[in-house]
Amino acid sequence: MTENTSQRASVVAEHLRAWNSNSIEEVIEFRGETTLVLPRKILRAVAERCRDHAELQFNLITDAVCVDRFPHEPRFEVNYHLVSIPRKDKIRLKVRLSGSDPVVDTLVPVWPGANWLEREVFDLFGIRFTGHPDLRRILLPEDWEGHPLRKDYPVEGFRDVPMMTGFRKSSV
Amino acid sequence: MVLNMGPQHPSTHGVLRVLLELDGETVVRAVPDLGYLHTGIEKSCEDKTYSQAITLTDRMDYLNPLGNNLVYCLAVEKLLGLEIPKRAQYVRVMMVELQRISSHLVWLGTHAIDMGAMSVFLYCFREREEILKIFEMFAGQRMMTSYIRIGGLALEPPAGWRGAVERFLKMMPSRIDDYESLLTGNRIWMGRLKGVGYISPEDAVALSMTGPTLRAAGIAYDNRKVFPYSSYDEFEFDVPTRTESDCFARYMVRVLEMRESLKIVRQAMAKITDSGPIRTEAPGIVPPSREKMKTEMEALIYHFKIFTEGFSPAPGEAFVTVESPRGELGCFIASDGSPKPLRAHFRSPSYINLQALPKLVTGQLISDVVACIGTIDIVLGEVDR
Repeated sequence: MTENTSQRASVVAEHLRAWNSNSIEEVIEFRGETTLVLPRKILRAVAERCRDHAELQFNLITDAVCVDRFPHEPRFEVNYHLVSIPRKDKIRLKVRLSGSDPVVDTLVPVWPGANWLEREVFDLFGIRFTGHPDLRRILLPEDWEGHPLRKDYPVEGFRDVPMMTGFRKSSV
Repeated sequence: MVLNMGPQHPSTHGVLRVLLELDGETVVRAVPDLGYLHTGIEKSCEDKTYSQAITLTDRMDYLNPLGNNLVYCLAVEKLLGLEIPKRAQYVRVMMVELQRISSHLVWLGTHAIDMGAMSVFLYCFREREEILKIFEMFAGQRMMTSYIRIGGLALEPPAGWRGAVERFLKMMPSRIDDYESLLTGNRIWMGRLKGVGYISPEDAVALSMTGPTLRAAGIAYDNRKVFPYSSYDEFEFDVPTRTESDCFARYMVRVLEMRESLKIVRQAMAKITDSGPIRTEAPGIVPPSREKMKTEMEALIYHFKIFTEGFSPAPGEAFVTVESPRGELGCFIASDGSPKPLRAHFRSPSYINLQALPKLVTGQLISDVVACIGTIDIVLGEVDR
């Protein structure tokens, strides 16, 4: 099962390379999962290709996850998990974004289901999705400051926390 | 008129707020507002060792704690490259299928109350109690069991478990018949659900819907069949689908799923042997048995190390999906080679299915909003995490 999946996934990589030789920066194989690292400029074009081409048919976007590798640069990685229901296949697309310019094209026009997924990433990490129809915070209150899942945001938050003697500022 | 439905409203099953723009009694626009129950579980996971985070996963989808344990443990096990003994896999399957039945029972009961049928709720909770008793027998806990652990199970199945599960399997089919005789042909029930909350299969896939809501639209996408995990490929069961894609179809799919789950539980019971390992042998990752700890020096050292500093998987990422009662439940874990996860993320089906709510309710009557929220089957603990 696992072997089959990775074999089929490398077919996807070859297909995309044949279509556009610069479309893939790197292919990572780990524990039977295939990750295609893409330049962020062509993410949208690759996504459209993945959805529409008869050999790929990735019709379902199941998840978008951001990883913060602070203090390393490029700091952010946005992972999109795609599933092809007709072909029974999975793949992960990844774009790397720097901390100073965390902006990437939205995938909402390709898969409307990416809407809330991207809003969550925006809310918790502060990645901005260009062209997103409704880029508002979703889990946190609208007036919240900062993006709590970033690594430079302390786990206990920035609010005052009680101590044995009075209060202390919890800011790292 | 703009109407606030929730956050404190009995039919939103928690603290969901929906802003409804109305024209008379017809919904023109619906905007879900969530986050009232956001507890930052993902951030907390990053601050704990891999084993410590298991108890947090119980509390996300509180109607499916075992499923959450399972997806988290499968993800960590994938990251570590662990192989789980067959016996433990079968027990896991049995437990999550019982959990699926109990979750669907809660759904059916509360949804029936929403639609005005009080008695079904009482019957459903009576049967759910039996399942919770089985869980208590296995794990010592009724709800937040944390029974599935990295590398296997927390405890050996207890003495007499076969009798308890057997009794439940004997009783349950006729009880499901009872619910169906109360509801399926009931005119009020049909009137409230049939033709309400339609979504086309294309829209359902485009909006990333999964689980019974997607299968009610005619797409037989079930992780247990498509991407089998925990030896699901050795079990025989059907994936019930409907094509009407309305609230009634979703009800039918869930009822049929309960019957399928009973089949799986029965098969799993036959497969579980009376003796055999329930944990894999992985020194430094899986805690050693008490017996070993008291007789072997290494085992004692490993035990100490696991509970003080934890274990460090190789750097990498793993994404695992399982079929929870609500849809595709996923867990993404990224490791940087330290004893704490760099990132733990849960793809919660309720959250993503809820995205389709505006599509379902626009143009419907306000009373149908209740039916639509009900049949998406959301658990706010999981929506907000």
